[in-house]
Amino acid sequence: MWQAFRSQVAEQGVEVVTVGIDAAGVEACRPFIEAASPEHPSLIDEHHRVAELFGVINIPNAVWIDEDGMIVRPAEPAPAPPSIEMERNMNIGDPAELPPRMLEIFGEAMQIEADPPAYEAALRDWITNGAESPFALSPEQVVERSGPRNADAARGHAHFELATHLEVAGNHAAAIPHFKAAQELVPDNFAYRRQAWSLEPGPEGPLNRFWQGPTEGSEADWPYDGDWLSDVREMGPANYYPKWTN
Amino acid sequence: MITNTLTVDRADFESRTGWELKPEGACKGEVCIPLTEQITGDTIELEPLAAQLGLPLVHDADAGLWALGPESIGSRALATAEAPNLTLPTVDGEMFELASLRGKKVLLVAWSPY
Repeated sequence: MWQAFRSQVAEQGVEVVTVGIDAAGVEACRPFIEAASPEHPSLIDEHHRVAELFGVINIPNAVWIDEDGMIVRPAEPAPAPPSIEMERNMNIGDPAELPPRMLEIFGEAMQIEADPPAYEAALRDWITNGAESPFALSPEQVVERSGPRNADAARGHAHFELATHLEVAGNHAAAIPHFKAAQELVPDNFAYRRQAWSLEPGPEGPLNRFWQGPTEGSEADWPYDGDWLSDVREMGPANYYPKWTN
Repeated sequence: MITNTLTVDRADFESRTGWELKPEGACKGEVCIPLTEQITGDTIELEPLAAQLGLPLVHDADAGLWALGPESIGSRALATAEAPNLTLPTVDGEMFELASLRGKKVLLVAWSPY
């Protein structure tokens, strides 16, 4: 999705690095990466290291790093540039045949607010003007805006790493209590919730990992307090991403 | 950082946590935390060091594992604006270091297939 943008800006000394965060690993990411045919580094992050190291809390999120290795914008929502034709690799089939839950999920998702043109304009301004760009923040601003993290949240990140470690080792049942602890202790990290929900069985087929909630008749088996649809409705889709600010 | 022992390799600790052990203390970017005792050997006792840096250590007794979590200095996700050196495998399985892009502007984008 970022490949077309990358090819436009590569000559200006810019590199794009995409990081697929998924405890389900490289094979879960591969079809999307192959469809995008990136010329830029495309990395796989099974343990969500970008959460711990950069404060990534949702998807898509991006961080801007300057030529000297200084972060000039910490993790924030990063809608793909609207000037680029979106390639949706998700074949959802005939909408009329979608299960009601998926229609409701798409209904909420359509109300999620993002401002792709503003984000792209800011990004291009930084690419052209560097430190002079009003969108390049000072080191103090970067730290301040990097998001809250208290001792409980730090402990939640440790639980999440235990969870993904156990999940990757094939011990799904042992991972669940740690996913739950991480969700509770790092409540602002929606990627932690989505990751855990997406590893529970949904209906067979392309919708499987987007179901992210109990399946009909198996509600009692759902191990988590929340699920995508309930949580997004509770927070309000307009609050799903923090507002873009200079 | 995941470990099955509380005595860990110093280089592993440094590369996984981003905390560099120097004579003046444990440092990340411009932030240095003095330590009660200078660490000189190749191994580290994790518990006392984690306590001094405020890094949580979570134990799973059944799995026989500990996870060392990140710092929460100043109650912010980042202790410094200096980018940590992220090292991750590419889709082809080769290790890639973010620091290899020094000299370029980098847009680091996190996405997921779910």
